[in-house]
Amino acid sequence: MTAPAPAIDRPGPPEAQPGEKPLKVVPARHPWRWAATAVTLVLIAMAGNALVTNPAWDWHFVGQYLFYETVLRSVGVTLRLTVLGIVLGFLLGTVIALMRLSASPLLTTVAWGYVWLFRSVPLILQLLFWFNLALLYDQISFGIPFGPSFFAVGTMDLIGPMTAATLGLALHQAAYAAEIVRSGFLSVDQGQLEAAAALGIPRGRQVRRILLPQAMRSIVPNAGNEIIGMVKGTSVVYIMAIPELFYQVQVIYARNGRVIALLLVAAIWYLLLTTVLSIVQYHVERHYARGAVRTLPPTPLQRVRRFAGTVAAARRQRRAGREQFAADLAGER
Amino acid sequence: MVELRGIHKSFGPLEVLRGIDLRVRAGEVVVVLGPSGSGKSTLLRCVNHLEKVNRGSVRIDGELIGYRRTGNRLRELKEREILRQRTHIGFVFQNFNLFPHLTALENVAEAPVAAQGRPRREVRELAAELLDRVGLADRADAYPRRLSGGQQQRVAIARALALRPKVLLFDEPTSALDPELVGEVLEVMKDLARAGTTMVVVTHEIGFAREVADTVVFMDGGVIVEQGPPDEVLDRPKHERTRSFLAKVL
Repeated sequence: MTAPAPAIDRPGPPEAQPGEKPLKVVPARHPWRWAATAVTLVLIAMAGNALVTNPAWDWHFVGQYLFYETVLRSVGVTLRLTVLGIVLGFLLGTVIALMRLSASPLLTTVAWGYVWLFRSVPLILQLLFWFNLALLYDQISFGIPFGPSFFAVGTMDLIGPMTAATLGLALHQAAYAAEIVRSGFLSVDQGQLEAAAALGIPRGRQVRRILLPQAMRSIVPNAGNEIIGMVKGTSVVYIMAIPELFYQVQVIYARNGRVIALLLVAAIWYLLLTTVLSIVQYHVERHYARGAVRTLPPTPLQRVRRFAGTVAAARRQRRAGREQFAADLAGER
Repeated sequence: MVELRGIHKSFGPLEVLRGIDLRVRAGEVVVVLGPSGSGKSTLLRCVNHLEKVNRGSVRIDGELIGYRRTGNRLRELKEREILRQRTHIGFVFQNFNLFPHLTALENVAEAPVAAQGRPRREVRELAAELLDRVGLADRADAYPRRLSGGQQQRVAIARALALRPKVLLFDEPTSALDPELVGEVLEVMKDLARAGTTMVVVTHEIGFAREVADTVVFMDGGVIVEQGPPDEVLDRPKHERTRSFLAKVL
């Protein structure tokens, strides 16, 4: 038996050790992975080249119109429609979800019917209905149901194009939101509410503090989908001549003929909005993952920082090793 | 203290409890044994009105649970009233049912703040004390998923204690645990029993019953077959059904 090799703290090739030569580990090679990477790089380069070198894309017009005042204002309208549609949609959707989960057969049926109706009729059709509501009812009166009315307003005055669009988007969204919220509630273990009830926690607090935070785990990813869908979905209201992003770029290119450039402007703005929303969604999801996973994975930012940290540490260690080695050599001499 | 009279409970056509009478004195530890499907858990759930009885009454310190009596009728109480009554009845579940998004300390502190409106700071101190009592002072900030089954059940016991209940109900508290974790939970329960806590424990741990119980109740087919001190029921059972059950589990 050879004596165990003395531990050396000096880095270097393993062959440098005295005694038996340690076995060297050779990682498996992946030639196809390298080939696929190369092919993909070439394809990306080709796509980039096609985008940049073809003058028909009109890139400098894109830059010029991206922050054009009417364009910015139309982005504002798109944002407003999105926020109103989603907030109102999810508020109503939550009510419908609670109705659907209630013990009353009438409420359950009405909730089911709502979802059935508003999910089945195309959004564009619904929007046109609301837009033309005045054709159906020229006055809307407020009062006691089937009894006297206190006052009445003309439908045209109450529901302008913007209101009609908001109403249409929100009511349509509510049908989808109801199902998302319902699935979230159903995903929470029945034992949770039982435990809360056994502890005497009041009903409202059971929902807010116990049910909702856990339901959010499954609600947030689906809601994220819906919100991003809504950002783009608002473009449908162009048929009502509302100056949102898509309608506005159409107006501009009808005037100056720069069709591609302006479509690009719209695409870039939609991309920007959805990117911001995706980042927000990521962090909201992390928030609700508390306790659900053993340790939260680091955010991309933390990951970059950590990577930079390990690279720096490795470099420091290598340098320290080299200096130590040099010092040892000097000492042996 | 706890008084059950003529409890009947059916799920559809299935009659789970068929006339249960049981008295638990203050400071007494009652262990309920019986084969699965004998109605033990249902009985426990009837005590804090998680299940509604079809007939019979539950009283704790003389107060009817879940109902109000007018003449010969029992009218179900409003949910708010029932929730208030439940704060006097601690319940420990087989599957712990800890709130996974709250830390151990928050789990314990939730109900006293939410249900009893006690000041948050005082409750947090109490929660820390209770966690210390079940041997988990150092895990106060851990989320349930980072705790072992035995630790989770001990947090659940602390959570039930935080309301300062008059009686603690345990629904098979060790059945979901790995065998080597059962001991730590039973140890905590023994401590509670020694401290004079009134407890009703549904379990399969015969050793626990023998050591801690004042009264052992044997149930089968929705009725109480026999009850008495542990040495009587466990060592000299009068009924054939008790004998054959004990022969199987011992």
